[in-house]
Amino acid sequence: MQEKKSTILRKLFFSTLYLSAFTFGGGYVIVTLLKNKFVDQYHWIDEEEMLDLVAIAQSSPGAIAVNGAIVVGYKLGGIPGVLVSVLGAIIPPMLILSVISFIYDIFIANPYVRSMLNGMKAGVGAVIMSVVYDMGSTIVKKKDWIQIVIMILSFILCYFCKVNVIYIILVVAAFGAVRTILSERGKKNE
Amino acid sequence: MIYLQLFLSFLQIGCFSFGGGYAAMPLIQEQVVIRHSWLTMDSFSNLVTIAEMTPGPIAVNAATFVGTQIAGPLGAIIATVGCILPSCIFVTLLAFIYTKYRNLAVLQGTLASLRPAVVSMIAKAGVSILISAFFVNGVFSLALENISVRMVIYFAASLVMLRKFKMNPILVMVLCGVCEVAAYAIL
Repeated sequence: MQEKKSTILRKLFFSTLYLSAFTFGGGYVIVTLLKNKFVDQYHWIDEEEMLDLVAIAQSSPGAIAVNGAIVVGYKLGGIPGVLVSVLGAIIPPMLILSVISFIYDIFIANPYVRSMLNGMKAGVGAVIMSVVYDMGSTIVKKKDWIQIVIMILSFILCYFCKVNVIYIILVVAAFGAVRTILSERGKKNE
Repeated sequence: MIYLQLFLSFLQIGCFSFGGGYAAMPLIQEQVVIRHSWLTMDSFSNLVTIAEMTPGPIAVNAATFVGTQIAGPLGAIIATVGCILPSCIFVTLLAFIYTKYRNLAVLQGTLASLRPAVVSMIAKAGVSILISAFFVNGVFSLALENISVRMVIYFAASLVMLRKFKMNPILVMVLCGVCEVAAYAIL
């Protein structure tokens, strides 16, 4: 990396800003675009390391787009890199939603707008259910009964018993961590 | 202290949404609709619709929207900072550990166990949105006059377009909206 730090920070900021402003369709898309930009175009990160960084972004809590910006920012510019790329990633959605939020009351009072949003709700429901179906069937196909039990139990708990989703996440995460540590240890002993 | 409440709520959303995009939805619903009643289920569904149509993560979109609605621009900034702060700390720490040790097995194993739970939570949020779409006053009941038949048809048609014809989700949503506007204009 021969380029000056300030050049890198500037490029980081504008890359994440640009990607965040024009990426529709969720975190996974932006992660792919980050890879295109920083691995294939700038050659600042090598392919394998990028895969691990993406794994970190996806395994951590929070929005994947923001996490992706953080790992790339950290890798390229340390803490200043993190700040710059996070700013780049959140400015576009913040601006857009602020504007929408300010006009929301006028917006929603219009019967045509309200019909539009109402109709779209059915579409959003379908999009979400389709995602659930894809993710759910991947899990069922693995035939790991523990995962299937977790899936059914958590639905019952959060939907019918109205248990706070945070508790479910905490319990399942703890269970998963213990399970992984045990099986890692088992592998070492073999 | 509304700013503190906003900050803490979105801090929790940022801390516990594992698995990206849709995974934040049930947490946002829990905090914003159930716990604090900052939005009605109806506005929450609208927010999800708007978030789907605009670029950017749903959590950041929701933070800005709810923050602005409840406490103006400062509220938006505070809520957004709350929702990205856990990421900034946690991910930076992990990136640091990774560059030192390069072992992600436990992390990925934990995430793999979380995935089924996350699927269920997304399903829960999806069902809530569908109930608010299908039933006239947003309450589940099988009385025929309470069911919006058009919405059920849009839903079924969307599923066909998404699954069978692999249409772009945003296009599917817009089509549903356009149909409803046309229905409103005609009827």
